[in-house]
Amino acid sequence: MALSLTDKRLRAALLAAPLVIFVAVTFLAPLALMLVRSVYEPAVADSIPATLNALAEWDGRDLPGEEIYRIAGMEFVALNAERRLGSVATRVNRLQSGMRSTMLGTARALGNDPPAGSWRDAMIAVDEDWADVSTWLAISRAGERITPRHYLNALDLDRGAVGEIVAQPEDRRIYVSLLVRTFGISAAITLISLMLAYPVAWLLAHAPPSRAGVLLLLVLVPFWTSLLVRTTSWIVLLQNQGVINDLLVVIGILAEEQRLAMIYNMTGTIIAMVHVLLPFMILPLYSIMRTIPPRHMQAAASLGASFWQSFRRVYWPQSLPGVAAGSLLVFIMSIGFYITPALVGGRTGQLISSMIAYHMEQSLNWGLAAALGAILLLLVVLLYLIYNRLVGIDRMRLG
Amino acid sequence: MSIATDTQIEFINISKSYDGKTMVLPNLNMSVRRGEFLTLLGPSGSGKTTCLMMLAGFETPTSGEIRVNGESVHNLPPQKRDMGMVFQNYALFPHMTVGRNLSFPLEVRGMAPDERARRVQRALEIVRLEGYGDRRPGQLSGGQQQRVAIARALVFEPGVVLMDEPLGALDRRLREQLQLEIRSIQRELGVTMVYVTHDQQEAMTLSDRIAVFNHGEIQQVAAPETLYEEPAREFVARFVGDNNLLRGTVRSVDGEICKVQVGEGLVEAFMVEPLEVGDQTVLAIRPERVVLSPSMEYSNTATAGIDDMVFLGDHLRVHVTIFDQPDFVVKIPNFIGQGGILPGDSVHIGWTTIDCRALPEENLNAA
Amino acid sequence: MRSELQTRHSARSEAESQNLPTLTSLTLALALAGISAAAGAQTLTLVSWGGSYGRSVERAWVEPFIEATGIEVQIEDYNGGLAQLRAQVETGNVFWDIVDMPTPDAVRGCDEGLLEFVAAGDLPVGADGAPAEKDYPPGTRSECAGGGIVSATIIAYNDELFPGEKPSTLEDYFDLERFPGRRGMRRVPVVNLEFALIADGVPLDAVYRTLDTDEGIARAFAKLDTIKDQIVFWEAGAQPPQMLADQEVVMTTAYNGRIFNAQILENQPFTIIWDGQVQETSGLVIALGTPRLDIAKRFIEFASSSESLAAISKYISYSPTRYSGNALVSTHLDTGIEMGPHMPAAERNMRRALNSDWFWWADNRDEMNERFSVWLSR
Repeated sequence: MALSLTDKRLRAALLAAPLVIFVAVTFLAPLALMLVRSVYEPAVADSIPATLNALAEWDGRDLPGEEIYRIAGMEFVALNAERRLGSVATRVNRLQSGMRSTMLGTARALGNDPPAGSWRDAMIAVDEDWADVSTWLAISRAGERITPRHYLNALDLDRGAVGEIVAQPEDRRIYVSLLVRTFGISAAITLISLMLAYPVAWLLAHAPPSRAGVLLLLVLVPFWTSLLVRTTSWIVLLQNQGVINDLLVVIGILAEEQRLAMIYNMTGTIIAMVHVLLPFMILPLYSIMRTIPPRHMQAAASLGASFWQSFRRVYWPQSLPGVAAGSLLVFIMSIGFYITPALVGGRTGQLISSMIAYHMEQSLNWGLAAALGAILLLLVVLLYLIYNRLVGIDRMRLG
Repeated sequence: MSIATDTQIEFINISKSYDGKTMVLPNLNMSVRRGEFLTLLGPSGSGKTTCLMMLAGFETPTSGEIRVNGESVHNLPPQKRDMGMVFQNYALFPHMTVGRNLSFPLEVRGMAPDERARRVQRALEIVRLEGYGDRRPGQLSGGQQQRVAIARALVFEPGVVLMDEPLGALDRRLREQLQLEIRSIQRELGVTMVYVTHDQQEAMTLSDRIAVFNHGEIQQVAAPETLYEEPAREFVARFVGDNNLLRGTVRSVDGEICKVQVGEGLVEAFMVEPLEVGDQTVLAIRPERVVLSPSMEYSNTATAGIDDMVFLGDHLRVHVTIFDQPDFVVKIPNFIGQGGILPGDSVHIGWTTIDCRALPEENLNAA
Repeated sequence: MRSELQTRHSARSEAESQNLPTLTSLTLALALAGISAAAGAQTLTLVSWGGSYGRSVERAWVEPFIEATGIEVQIEDYNGGLAQLRAQVETGNVFWDIVDMPTPDAVRGCDEGLLEFVAAGDLPVGADGAPAEKDYPPGTRSECAGGGIVSATIIAYNDELFPGEKPSTLEDYFDLERFPGRRGMRRVPVVNLEFALIADGVPLDAVYRTLDTDEGIARAFAKLDTIKDQIVFWEAGAQPPQMLADQEVVMTTAYNGRIFNAQILENQPFTIIWDGQVQETSGLVIALGTPRLDIAKRFIEFASSSESLAAISKYISYSPTRYSGNALVSTHLDTGIEMGPHMPAAERNMRRALNSDWFWWADNRDEMNERFSVWLSR
């Protein structure tokens, strides 16, 4: 008995192994890597150990002494000769704009023409930023192997002169408001999708099979069209000189100068994303509704309940697992959505994903991208836990 | 009229078609008396469920009128008809406890909580499910679920209770037990009950009256005994209980008695409807009314060849051939002295005129 | 050219990267790393931008190179950025040999040690005999790049919407009174901050100096504020000509090649304002550690000649970076029109052109991006 149970477990484990390995390699490993990157950045520390070592003794208030200038200057020159200073400079530059050219320029100048006397004077002569305490603070902080910096930045925070946490200057506070907006837009999209999808799913679930088949096909057709094509179609429909505005003007609902701004703003993002995500709401709802016997509504009516009462007390609660699954699916997909808001979002319809993509692909600040991703992940997990408390995961079914 | 006050539900010239072409119910007239247990009995597709659904308000008649307490219910939606309904698969709400299921009809009527609790308690007692109020339907057996469904249909004290094959999904033993319970509950509460089934045994057990449906038409409405003893139509004779049916031609008529030529034999029968000499007729003879070695008072006798015998415990079914027609069944009670016959033997059988009913012949090919 | 190519393609790639780009990019890099090991040693992989530009690269450089050397070249498309290249170099599994890259990325990749050096001495002398060192305008070539193509972000307008007076200067783009109507603008700080300052009267050579001060940045945003309500922001390079054609905007910032295509191939009534435009350059770079360094260098040498660079202009309105290449620009191969007037580096188009200072942007881009985002959501 014990043996056969072990056998069964072994077989189950073997059958699941390919998927487990796949998930581990393609999902868990990158996820772990991302979380590590958000706090661990050894590149600078590994590159300029002597400078950082010397700066460790420094009080951080007054300019460092000649000795530190000399150690740092020589290390920069040596690194530059090995073409390794660029990546250090890029990283320091993230803490203080301009540091990239300051470090590279200084290293180049001093490499060509090593100072005979004071390194301090020579470096300040090349770039007066070296006479600024904040320059040295930036280098010393960029040298932290394990750093909370990316999380601070992702929350529009920074560290002040003595390491205290301060808010970023007002004209650079962007991430928190983008996060809030992302969650707000996603919630709106989820809600609107639910309101549009529910009656459609009802129709699908309770129409005669032949008609339901055609309807289901209509729901699925968008899946077969490229996302870009669908997004572009919305531009054609919704833009200021677009089909819908033209129509409204022609039939006299709007005057020429009253044309509605339905795209290149938050409205555009919401409309286009609702359209893209609607099937992900309809299908879970449909598969749950199919399991609700139409007899239940009749039974409720025969017991004296009006349509509204029957729906609210009998049908809606039974469809909740589908509502829960569809909403969660759509919400989480919206949070990570990228192309559609990028194209139709204009000024006010951008999501946090645009910033993550920017830091992934353009600025190569993977640490910050990872921190933003991790915060997003954390918020989604939190939301999921709250949701689970409210709805109960055992009640959430896809079919 | 005294009958009118006694009548609670009337179907007047009701017809129903789903597609506009095929008539499911061509022209139906029927009435249900207050406090009676009426069963709509018939094979599937005979229109009995449609009839019930129209009464409940889930289907609309194509023409005609349904009246309850003398008033047309045509414009009344189901929730205003005051009829408790029990469905084939119970239709209990799985997300509510048994107690909530029962209090649902009371809540939508805005009843006070303590009154609701009292009624729910009482309904649970009636169906002998005290203490099950906090369970979910999914945790109950099929029989228990059906009891809950019945209680739910009763708890708001509707004027009429409708049941659509409520015991169809249960095994036989449970079905028989619940039949008795339903019957006693109905008698106790005195509620009018319209019950749909295709099981004639069930119909017999439960009903005050049975309406036999075939092809959308009512064949006969009568008390179970009457239906059994005095079937008015060939379909009823076939559908309710066992019957030997012999086809023949009327040779002579004398008052309510006629003589019918069946093959070589001449059989004396009681006419259910007046027949003319030369009419085709079907004779219905219950197997248990046929005796072996008949004495002189049996007006009909025949020589029968025994083809087969089946021992069924309390009785024997003997298949014989008479008048050159096989498959005539004789039911012999199992008591001492009824042995001594074997397949291949030739015996005398007989039945009385009153037990032999001459029915008008119908075209029953489709039945 | 960076921005043009980048945005054009970033749009296309989205379908694949709907989720956190963090995950997909890393996963993709891992997956591609595994596949690449199988590639043959003597097939050169050139990564460019696809689309009509990609086809011109194929016709102007790749096909003649294969013919001349017999070396197989495989062309792949990418969406810009250094992310994939960095993943390849860092994992030591390089399968992109040559990448067609905007100069700022090339500079950054060079600084970060992701690219091979390309010495000016290794590049061929110009058709007029000028050494490569002197043949590239200052600040247009990274130490790690050969090749060299110039594109420009310009202002274009739809003729039909200005029946009377036509806009003719960059200032007119900011002048809502004389030229009312919505403006298209790419949703990035790059180029737009420069436009704002130039239109506000800052001399070309003082633009980046001005941006170095907080007051200068504030001045640029203040100028952008004056038309903020009328701006329709775009993301992909294909959007501005479409917006003009749909009359969604009356004027827009755009890449000159896109507008050229609309004018010449689709007969759209668009006009480019060659005034205050910002020029950007791109080049060909070699991934550090490629096992095919020799043939990669041969390709760069081949593609960097004045003739090869000028050949691109037979297909698309981008100029050779090299002075000597510009002299060789002739006609559009498919339509036969004279390309001179359409080229960003044509003399008469260059009267007031700003060379994008990518060194400044490398220092300040992240901060400007944040400030621009704040400005957008304000």
